[in-house]
Amino acid sequence: MKIVCRCEDITEEDIIKAIEEYGCSTLAELKQLLRLGMGHCQGRTCLILAAKILARKTGKSLEEIMPSFRPPIIPVEIGLIGEKKDER
Amino acid sequence: MKDRAEVVIIGAGINGCALAYELAKRGKDVVVLEKHYICYGATGRCGAGIRQQWATKENALLAKKSVEIFERLSEELGYDIGLRQGGYLIAIHDEEEMRQAKKNVEMQRSIGLPVKIISPDEIKEIAPILDPEGMEAIAATFCPTDGHANPFKTTYAYARAAKKLGAKIYKFTEVKDIKVKDGKVEEVVTNRGKIKTKYVVNAAGAWSKEIAKMVGINMPNKPVRKEALVTEPIERLFDCMVISFKHGIYFSQQEEGQILGGIPSPEEKIGYYTEPTFSFLKHMAYMLGKYAPPLKHINILRQWTGFYDVTPDALPILGETNIEGFIQCNGFSGHGFMIAPMVAKLLAQLICQEKLDMPIDRLSMERFKGKITKEKAVVG
Ligand SMILES: Cc1cc2nc3c(=O)[nH]c(=O)nc-3n(C[C@H](O)[C@H](O)[C@H](O)COP(=O)(O)OP(=O)(O)OC[C@H]3O[C@@H](n4cnc5c(N)ncnc54)[C@H](O)[C@@H]3O)c2cc1C
Ligand code: FES
Repeated sequence: MKIVCRCEDITEEDIIKAIEEYGCSTLAELKQLLRLGMGHCQGRTCLILAAKILARKTGKSLEEIMPSFRPPIIPVEIGLIGEKKDER
Repeated sequence: MKDRAEVVIIGAGINGCALAYELAKRGKDVVVLEKHYICYGATGRCGAGIRQQWATKENALLAKKSVEIFERLSEELGYDIGLRQGGYLIAIHDEEEMRQAKKNVEMQRSIGLPVKIISPDEIKEIAPILDPEGMEAIAATFCPTDGHANPFKTTYAYARAAKKLGAKIYKFTEVKDIKVKDGKVEEVVTNRGKIKTKYVVNAAGAWSKEIAKMVGINMPNKPVRKEALVTEPIERLFDCMVISFKHGIYFSQQEEGQILGGIPSPEEKIGYYTEPTFSFLKHMAYMLGKYAPPLKHINILRQWTGFYDVTPDALPILGETNIEGFIQCNGFSGHGFMIAPMVAKLLAQLICQEKLDMPIDRLSMERFKGKITKEKAVVG
């Protein structure tokens, strides 16, 4: 068993199953189905690993598969962003 | 790809996939065409809240009947859709909202929904993290059978069940044109070939207007951009979805523990762009802190944009058109997930010429010729 996404606890087997049984061919679909890359690190470690598995299984190039990113780049506290000057 | 099908559905969101299942279940030969992949559109970007507390009877009934289907859907489709019924808590901010709420609740109760008006103290009982003062709430309405399901799992479950019954779902297949002959649909043209068909269903979400143009139908729908965010997962703090029509905010705690929500951005620009904005992030964080102060200490993980497909009265556009075989299934505004199970059933009944469980003539495009009654209970 090889762990690919540590934050969401997803293995290489999970990914291969999603590709073979559910016809996933993009990272977006793997995110939707498995929560791959949706954990605390936002996929910084796992997306590239998963992209390589996808490339191997689908025959697509890595460039075709590369992920889209949703900000913020690092997790940020609600109270910090939502603070208004007059309420400090 | 097949070159012939009885029904061609355009769009593999929750509505296209649910309809494919209902039709395949009735023995129809059905094909779904999707430009990108399943859940690429609004379905994969939505809050997936399920609310029956509407101001118009049409929306309330569609939602109520859908909840009845959602409740047995995991079993029917053989796949867990992640349904949770923690209720919807709708803030009431002033006397005018109270008058409208009383009217809504009366109608909602008349169709059998267990809705009631609750006090600020009761708000805190249902969700202790809420601060009625910060919310500026004088009361709220609450319906315990409202809730939430996982939009990806629900859509994949429908798609998987449809495929098992023989439906074909073609990803990365874009509809380019629809050929009409003698007032009837005849053929759908895609980037991967053509399909002859009797019925074309326009379930293309915010892109429905462009599809309708292909058969010469002009629709009043507008794509409206909406942003949402999600936090890191935390221990379970509350079960209900919290919303306000006045502030436009909605948020809930999801199955895995993350808080997901949205609010209209104070600097909203009109147009078809998907870049996330800082003004949304700031405003949503500020309002979350007011509604539920303990949330100030948790981290936001990501934000994104999706599109509502908004009609002038915030009711969907369903059913037949003046082009024979061209069926509308769009205009869902901000609530196309929660009513999809019933919509799919009704349109399948229509296409199979069965008796409909409830009439949908009032939801055709014809209504825009007369005076319309606008749905008031919309958020965001
Ligand atoms: C931020 C946000 C929050 C929301 N919250 C809720 C909520 O809490 N509850 C709720 O019920 N609803 C909510 N909604 C609304 C809900 O998401 C939508 O009404 C619903 O998902 C619409 O589903 P659909 O299947 O009709 O369309 P979509 O999911 O948009 O699917 C349409 C599909 O058509 C495809 N398509 C487009 N053009 C073509 C073409 N030419 N050829 C082939 N395919 C094409 C697209 O790629 C897309 O996949 C929310 C929406 C947003 C954006
Ligand atoms: S390792 Fe996958 S999200 Fe962090």
